[in-house]
Amino acid sequence: MSEIYTLHVNGRDHEVRDAWLGENLLYVLRERLGLMAAKGACEQGECGSCSVEVAGELVCACLVMAAAAIDEPIRTVEGLGDVPTDVQQAFVDTGAVQCGFCTPGLIVATHHLLDREPEPTELQIREELSGNVCRCTGYGRIIEAVQQVAVARRAATR
Amino acid sequence: MSLTDAITGTGHQGLGTSPTRPDGIAKVMGTFEFSGDLGGDGVLWGATLRSPHPHARIVRIDPSAAWKIDGVETVITADDVPGAMHYGLIAQDQPVFAADVVRYVGEPVAAVAADHPETCRRALDAIVVEYEVLEPVLDPDLVISGEAPSIHPAGNMLREQRIEHGDLDATGDVVVEATYDIGMQDQAFLGLEAALAIPDSGGGGVELHIATQWLHEDRGQIAACLGLPEEQVRLVLGGVGGAFGAREDISLQVHSCLLALRLGRPVRMQYTRAESFLGHVHRHPATIWMRHHATTDGQIVKIEARFVFDGGAYASTSSAVLLNAITHTQGPYRCPNALVEGYAVRTNHLPCGAMRGFGVVQACYAHESQMDKLAEACGIDPVEIRLRNAMRTGDEMITGQTMDSVAPVEECIRETVALPFPDEPVGGHDGDVMRLPGGAGRTADARHVVRGIGYGVAMKNLMYSEGFDDFSTARCRLAGGVATLKFATAEVGQGFVTLAGQIARTVLGVDEVVLDRIDTGVGSAGSTSASRQTWMSGGAVQAACVAVRDRLFEQLGREHGVDPALLTIDGRDVVDSTGTFRMPVVEATASVALDETAVYRHPTTEELDERGQGNCHVAFAFVAHRAVVDVDVDLGLVRVVQVATAQDVGRALNPVSLTGQIEGGIAQGLGLAVMEEIVQIDGVIRNASFTDYLLPTMLDMPPVVATVIEQPEPLSPLGAKGVGEPPCISVTPAIAAAIRDAVRQAGRTHRIDRVPVRPTDIIGL
Amino acid sequence: MPVVVPTSLADAVAAAGAAPDALLLAGGTDLMVEINERHRDLPWNDAAVISLNRVPELCSWTFDPDDRRLRLGAGVRWAEIERDPLRAMVPALAEAARTVGSPQIRNAGTVGGNLATCSPAGDGLPVLAALGAEVHLVSVDGRRSMPIGDFMVGVKRTALQPGELIESVTVPVLDGWQGYSKVGVRNAMVIATASACVVTDPPNRSVRIALGSVGPTILRCPEAEAHVTAAADWDSAAIDDATVTEAGRLAAATSRPIDDHRSSADYRRHAIGVMVQRLIRRAFPGGAS
Repeated sequence: MSEIYTLHVNGRDHEVRDAWLGENLLYVLRERLGLMAAKGACEQGECGSCSVEVAGELVCACLVMAAAAIDEPIRTVEGLGDVPTDVQQAFVDTGAVQCGFCTPGLIVATHHLLDREPEPTELQIREELSGNVCRCTGYGRIIEAVQQVAVARRAATR
Repeated sequence: MSLTDAITGTGHQGLGTSPTRPDGIAKVMGTFEFSGDLGGDGVLWGATLRSPHPHARIVRIDPSAAWKIDGVETVITADDVPGAMHYGLIAQDQPVFAADVVRYVGEPVAAVAADHPETCRRALDAIVVEYEVLEPVLDPDLVISGEAPSIHPAGNMLREQRIEHGDLDATGDVVVEATYDIGMQDQAFLGLEAALAIPDSGGGGVELHIATQWLHEDRGQIAACLGLPEEQVRLVLGGVGGAFGAREDISLQVHSCLLALRLGRPVRMQYTRAESFLGHVHRHPATIWMRHHATTDGQIVKIEARFVFDGGAYASTSSAVLLNAITHTQGPYRCPNALVEGYAVRTNHLPCGAMRGFGVVQACYAHESQMDKLAEACGIDPVEIRLRNAMRTGDEMITGQTMDSVAPVEECIRETVALPFPDEPVGGHDGDVMRLPGGAGRTADARHVVRGIGYGVAMKNLMYSEGFDDFSTARCRLAGGVATLKFATAEVGQGFVTLAGQIARTVLGVDEVVLDRIDTGVGSAGSTSASRQTWMSGGAVQAACVAVRDRLFEQLGREHGVDPALLTIDGRDVVDSTGTFRMPVVEATASVALDETAVYRHPTTEELDERGQGNCHVAFAFVAHRAVVDVDVDLGLVRVVQVATAQDVGRALNPVSLTGQIEGGIAQGLGLAVMEEIVQIDGVIRNASFTDYLLPTMLDMPPVVATVIEQPEPLSPLGAKGVGEPPCISVTPAIAAAIRDAVRQAGRTHRIDRVPVRPTDIIGL
Repeated sequence: MPVVVPTSLADAVAAAGAAPDALLLAGGTDLMVEINERHRDLPWNDAAVISLNRVPELCSWTFDPDDRRLRLGAGVRWAEIERDPLRAMVPALAEAARTVGSPQIRNAGTVGGNLATCSPAGDGLPVLAALGAEVHLVSVDGRRSMPIGDFMVGVKRTALQPGELIESVTVPVLDGWQGYSKVGVRNAMVIATASACVVTDPPNRSVRIALGSVGPTILRCPEAEAHVTAAADWDSAAIDDATVTEAGRLAAATSRPIDDHRSSADYRRHAIGVMVQRLIRRAFPGGAS
C-alpha cells in the first residue's frame, strides 16, 4: 500500500489513503471519494465516459494515474454545481439523454468545448466530441443540444 | 409527419407530446445510479475466472493459492452451486460454472470475492485450472452435415426449421442468387454488466440490484440455480446503461448471489469491457443463401433460401432468432411461393442470442441485397422494384399467416425517396478533410471519391411469437390528484418511464405522476425486447389507469348523481358528456385512494408446423432507408453522408423519444454495415476492446433525415407500433447498397455480399 | 511519495537515476492502458513511478532560427502539436497529431510517449522518421543523441536504457511540402492499419518516405525516395504519373506487413502503395496527365 496523497477535486481537497498505485483517477474518484458521476466503459480512453478536466485539460480519468494527479485542479460533473447548467438542461430538453451512461462525460466535454469555442460549427462539434461514444442516440440530439446552448449563449451576450 | 415539427408539442404532456425524461436531470447531473454505481462500505468485489480455451476438459481446479491471498474472502466453483447447475432463456443448457467441459473462450469456471478489484484479479491468477484441450467445433456446416462431434449432451443442432409455401416447383423468368455473410456484432452497451447482491440478514434470501431487460425471467433462473423459492429472491432494477438484447441472458446474476449468500455479506460485481465481450451473447453471425425467381417485370414468383446461424456454445435465444430470420425471408414484399431451410447450430464460438432486430437484421441484409440484384437483372430501378412488390395489409405471408397489421410499405418507400438529399458535394463546401472518407487520416482527395446511393426496406415482427404467453403487468394508484405507477418494465434508456407518465396523464387527467421503484414487487412486465414495451407495458399501464378511472367515475357517479358511463376526462377535468358536471381531477381525487393492477396480453400466436406454416407472429412494423455514401474505391474507405428514413410507427406517442430510437438504431445499423465485427480466430476473440471493436463516433454518424408514417394500428392498445428495432434493420443493406453503387460507378464488377463491408471487400482484394 | 513528481529536469534525471527501474509516466495514455488491462504488473508495495508531465523543460519546445531546427520536449502534447504555431513548422506532424486517438487522448498523450512506446502504429513516428529526427536522451551519466532510426529497435523496443529519459526530439523545419496519411476503418479515433509520411526538401532536392504499421518498426523507403528524387522536376514541383505509380509500387514492396485481426498483409501493402502515390502527387501537383 502506498502513502497518503491529496487530490484537489471540484475545489476541495480529498485525502486518499492506502490506495494501490495502479488505481486510475476514475477508480479513485468513484470508489474512494464517492464521486460517482464519471463512468467507466472501456478502461482505455476509447469511450470518453470518464471525461474530466485535469489542470483545465479534458482527459479520460481512466488514463490518469490518480497518485500522479496531485496538486492539480480536477473538475468533474459534480463540480458544475447542484443546479443544472445550460448544457445539462439542454441535454434533457433535446432528448440527448437515453440510457445516460455517456452523459456525464459528454457534459464535461461539451462545457470544455464551449468554453474554448463558443460558436463551434457542426463539424467542430463532431470532431471535438468524437472521443465520447454514445451507443443509444446516434448523436443527433446531442449535437442539437450543443448547438442550442451555443445559440442561447450568443443571444444572451447580445 | 416531420419529426422536427412535432417536437415542439407541450401542453398537458400527455400522449403525442414530448415531455422530458423523469430521470433526465439525474442523468445529466451524474446522480442517477447505474448498477455499477452501487456499492458502499464493506461491500466486497466479485470476479469471474474464465476459460482461455474454446473447447477443453477440466482436469483439475486448485484454488488453494487464491485462498491464501490477503483480502480474498471466498472462491467458488461448480461444486458450490446449490440448485440447478444450468440456466438459459429457452433451454437450460448453460452451466453456472463449467464443471467438466468448457465450450467457449470466456466460459466461467470459478468466481472469487475479495476486498479490492486488484485483489480479485490476483486471486483469479492464482487459481490453477488444468485443462485437457479438445478440438473445437467451429464450422457450422460440419454440424449440419453431421460430421462434427457433439460438444454438448443436448447435441449441436439448436434448431432446424423449414418453410414450404405455395408451389415449390414454380420458377421465374429472372433468377438471381447469392450467398451472404453477416458478421458477429456486439451490442456494446456502455454500462458494463454490474450487480449488487445483498443477502438477507435473517439468512436464506437475497436482494439483487441488477441491470437487466427482464427482472422476472432473471429471478426464475437465479432462484432455480440458488435452490431457493422465487419469493426469497428479490430483484431491483439497477440503472441500466443500455441493453440492446445483451441483457436478456444471465451473466453475473447467479455468481454475485452465490458469493453474497456464501459470505453473508453484500457483493458487487462489474465486468471489464474485455470481459463484457465474453460475458454476454452477441448477434448471430450468419450465412444466408437466397435465390429469387421473378417475372421479367420484377414480380417475385418464388424465393428459395437457406439460413445458417452460428449460435455459439449455448442455446440462448437461437431458436427464436432463427424463427425470426426464416419468417422474414420475403421481407416486406409479396411472395406466393417459398422454400426455406434454416439451421441454428452449436459451435465452440462465443454464444449468440439477442441483439436489436435479431434474425431480421440478417435476413434483411440478404433479401434487400437480392432485391437490388433482381432490379439490375430486370433492368428496373431499385426503388421501383420494391414498390411493385410492396406488401399490403391482407396479403398472405410465406408462413400462411395473413398480414393483419397496418402495412404502409409503399408509403414508407415513397416518403423516403421524397426526402431531400444532402446539399454538400463530395468533400463538402469547406474542404475539411473530415468530410472525406478516411477523415483525419487525409487519405483521399475529393477526386478519389465516388458517391453512391442505396435503399433498404424492412418488415419486423413485434413482440414475442410462437405461442409464447406474452404479457405485462402494471399497477396504478390514484390519490390526492397524484397517480403512482408501479411496473417491472426494465427501463434501459428507451424512455418507457417517460411514456408511462404520458399515458397516466392522458387517461387520468392528472399532472403529477410518480413512478414507483422498478422491481419484482409487482407482476412481470415481460422483457424490454422485441419492440414490445410500448405496446405491452404501455397497454398494461393504460389498462391499470383505465381501471382506476372507471372506479373514480363510479364513485363520482354515486356522490354527484351522474351517470358514470357518461363521464370522461377532458384535459385535467372530469366531465360528463351532457355538460352538467365538471370537476378538476385534483379535486375529485382529493380524498380517494384507488388502486388497480392490470395485466395486458396480446392476441395469441402459434408455433410453426413442420412445413413452417402457422400464425406465429402478432404484428409487424415497416421501415425504409436511403443511404448516401462517399467511397474511396482505391483504399476501400467509406463515409456515410446521410441516411433518410420513413418509419411506420402507428402513432408517434413521444416524438423526441421516437427520434432518439430512429437515430440511435441507424447508428447501430451503420456500425454493422461498415465497422462492427467481433473477430474470432480459431475460436478465440481477437478484438475484445473498444480499441479494436470499433463503434461509430460522432464523425462516423451522418445527419439523419426522418419522417414517420402515422397510421394508428387497430390491434395496438395505444395505436402505436414498437419503434425500437426497425431503425437498425434496413439501414445496413441500404448502406451496403450505396457502397456497391459507388463501386459499380467506379467500373468495378466484383460482388460485395457481406457485412460489415471491409476495405478489402470494396477494393476486391 | 507514492509517485515521484519532479518539477525540474534535474530532479527528474536524479529520480530516474535513483530508481532506474521506475515506471516513467508521461501522458499515461499508453502506460495506464497497460496497467488497467493488467498487461503490466504493478506491485502492491514499492512500485516506483516517476511522473514526467510537470517538468517544464520536457513540456516545452524551442525553435532555433539559425539552423532552422525545432526542439520538441518529450512532454509536448499532441493537442499542442496539432495547432499553430507548431502546425506551421511541422505540418505533417500536426496532421499525424490530429489522428492520435480522441481529443482527450491528444490532450494527454505526448510525443515522447509515442517514441517510448515505439508501437509500429505510433502515429507520430513515421513523420519523425521522414523528417530525420534526432532523439535526445538524458540520464545521470549525461546526454546522448541518436537518429530516430537507431532509437527504434523493434516492436515496442527502443534504445532507451534503465535510468534514462527521453529529453527531446529535434526535427528540421523545412520549406517543402510534407504530409501524412493514415488508413483506419473509422474516421476518427482509430489505430493505424497502415500509415505513410512524405517529406520533401526542395532546396536539398530530397524526398523522404516513411511507413507505419507495416513492419516491426517504422520503415523508410530508400528506393522509392531515390526514384522520386531523381525523376521529379523540382523547379515546377511536377512529376509524371509513371513515377508516381512506381513510387507507390516501390514503397509497397518495402513494406513488411502482417495479417492480424485489424487487417490483412495484402491490404496493408496495397494501402501503402495508394497512400504513397497520393502523397507524392500532393507533393508534386504538376505533371499529372
